[in-house]
Amino acid sequence: MSGFKAILLLILILCALATSISRNLLTSVVIFMSYSLVMCIIWILLESPDLAITEAAVGAGVTSVLFFVTLKKIHAMDQRKNAEEEEEEERDEQDQAGL
Amino acid sequence: MSRIRPDYEMTKWRRFQRFVNGEELPEDERKRQEFLHAAREKSARREEEQAAFFLRQKEERASFRKYWKEQERRELERALKERENWADTKGVKLFRRFYHAVSIIICISVIAVLLAVVAELPAFGSGGTPANGNEVAERYIVKGQEETGAVNIVTGMILDYRAFDTLGESHVLFIAACTVLILLRIDHGADGRPTQAKLEAEEDDRQFEPKNDRILQKTAFFLVPCIIIFGIYVILNGHISPGGGFSGGAIIGAGLILHLNAFGFRKTERFFTYRVFQTVTLCSLLFYSAAKCYSFYCGANHLESGIPLGTPGSILSSGLILPLNICVGCVVACTMYTFYAIFRKGGI
Repeated sequence: MSGFKAILLLILILCALATSISRNLLTSVVIFMSYSLVMCIIWILLESPDLAITEAAVGAGVTSVLFFVTLKKIHAMDQRKNAEEEEEEERDEQDQAGL
Repeated sequence: MSRIRPDYEMTKWRRFQRFVNGEELPEDERKRQEFLHAAREKSARREEEQAAFFLRQKEERASFRKYWKEQERRELERALKERENWADTKGVKLFRRFYHAVSIIICISVIAVLLAVVAELPAFGSGGTPANGNEVAERYIVKGQEETGAVNIVTGMILDYRAFDTLGESHVLFIAACTVLILLRIDHGADGRPTQAKLEAEEDDRQFEPKNDRILQKTAFFLVPCIIIFGIYVILNGHISPGGGFSGGAIIGAGLILHLNAFGFRKTERFFTYRVFQTVTLCSLLFYSAAKCYSFYCGANHLESGIPLGTPGSILSSGLILPLNICVGCVVACTMYTFYAIFRKGGI
């Protein structure tokens, strides 16, 4: 059991570091979600299921959804989409030039 | 008399003769004159050239000086500009480096302090913890079930012994919801009609609306009732099993958000409007405050509160804990849902 706990704690630290290091905001939020999930399991191992339920509902659920809405509002989520559209436009232009 | 050649004077012989006689040579005289003239002209030209050269040199020097002055001025300007923009160029770089260094130092020192404190703590679950000798904790554990009627001692503590804290927490949530409303809500116009901003926000919100996503809708169709029923179970069983008002309310709120995401505002508005939010939140907080006032009044004056504790383990037991749990759950669920709705389009 202690080995399992150690692995979970290690994942927790890795998630915390990756959240702050990651350049993409969307990736950060998803990693933050997984952090909450790991934390939830640790709460259960520490014998406090009350906190585990709350962590799962608030940390992994509501907070992440609010983050997603905010990212959508500030147009941080469709960067890749925009890049793809631009590429497609460029390709179309090239096709037209080639014709 | 012989005829004289027209160029007799110029012949070699005649010239020799005249040289012998010592006569002046008219030719020579002319040549000399020409030479002198040429020399004078030459010197004049040289003078002119020299003057022009000097002039040019002077001009050059002047222009050179001017050029240098210009260069100096430019240099000065650039230096001034650099000094003016120092904060934007070099200052930012310096500040960033400083910021990184300081943040790393602060992080490491905080981590060190926390680790040192954790190392001082007694081992998890060991009998020698200071809390074990504390009479408050001992009373909670020994007499908790008897006094509060709750099998789950955690809920008994939160909603009975320390209900005042929980009231404060509920108010914190309520105030947070109010603040979000103040900051993000887009209101109707003064005449009750939607303003331009509201119309724009609703138009903008269309991109969140489901485009009849089959997978999401079918999943939500089966999941939402389960989630909400589980939330209600967690709230109602708060005094028997792990859980309570806050956890259950958060679960119900998450279920409502899933429903909203799957079916859109039009279907959710059938049962959850701004009025519902106002009524439910206000009633819950008022009931909580009134119930706790009554119980504090009784407890402080050693009066019999008259609220039956029931048999521990059944749903209808443990006095005020069950209704208080329901109140907290309602407030939390409404707040979660309202947060999401306001974040999305600035209104419910």
